[in-house]
Amino acid sequence: MEREPEISIRLFSDPHLLSTIRAAVDALAKLVGFAERSRGLLTLAVDEALANVIRHGYQERTDEMIWINLWRVREPRGIRIVLDDLGRSVDPAKIKGRDLDDVRPGGLGVHIIKETMDESCWENRPGGGMRLTLVKWLSPEELQNVSPSQPENTTS
Amino acid sequence: MNHEIVIDQQTIGDMVVLRPAGDIDMARSSTVRKAVSEVVRVRPAKLVMDLTSVEYMDSSGIATLIEGLQSSMRNKMKFVLVGVTPKVRSAFEITKLIGMFTICANIDDAAKI
Repeated sequence: MEREPEISIRLFSDPHLLSTIRAAVDALAKLVGFAERSRGLLTLAVDEALANVIRHGYQERTDEMIWINLWRVREPRGIRIVLDDLGRSVDPAKIKGRDLDDVRPGGLGVHIIKETMDESCWENRPGGGMRLTLVKWLSPEELQNVSPSQPENTTS
Repeated sequence: MNHEIVIDQQTIGDMVVLRPAGDIDMARSSTVRKAVSEVVRVRPAKLVMDLTSVEYMDSSGIATLIEGLQSSMRNKMKFVLVGVTPKVRSAFEITKLIGMFTICANIDDAAKI
């Protein structure tokens, strides 16, 4: 059975709540051992994922539900984040970052997610909606700086 | 938790400086977009976005600045960023759009462009 996540949040699809989630992601990432720049990009990627759910999954309705679960991972050391929603389902194969040579506003979120995360996987949920699983590992430099005394209460 | 973004506006010679303070994310980028549009409408020679007090910017914020740049170019205005914090810079870098913008260290440098 999968271990319970370190952080589990259910939130409304309200953009004003995103700063709260950013703070939670940053706090856990710091605990795992991510450096400041990595934490900034990781937080950005999760923020972009949530914004995409609100914008595309729920067409900017602010009273729908999103679930976010965050795990520390031990081998290799990193963080795993799962976002679930009950919004509009799309074919995961069609979720692509746009061509950056096409200079225009919008459509940058998926690019940011794929560039930042080591793993990003969109799936259709059996009951409707989408699930996005994001994984990011510590870099070798970050691993060297992790204190051996840091708690190992993590999942493999 | 502050849900709003405060945008100070100052006119220095032929340039208008906008100073947003706070995170520019999905909840707040429309306020910045509106402020930029209002400045472009009066067509100063230069629009300077002072981002010194912006700690976080998502893709909607970057999109807002791209729109500001493009509308400034259409109106033959200069569009300059100053005070880009490291966190905001890394967001620009990952989108590979940073090269589009004229970035200065401070307002004095922006005034010389």
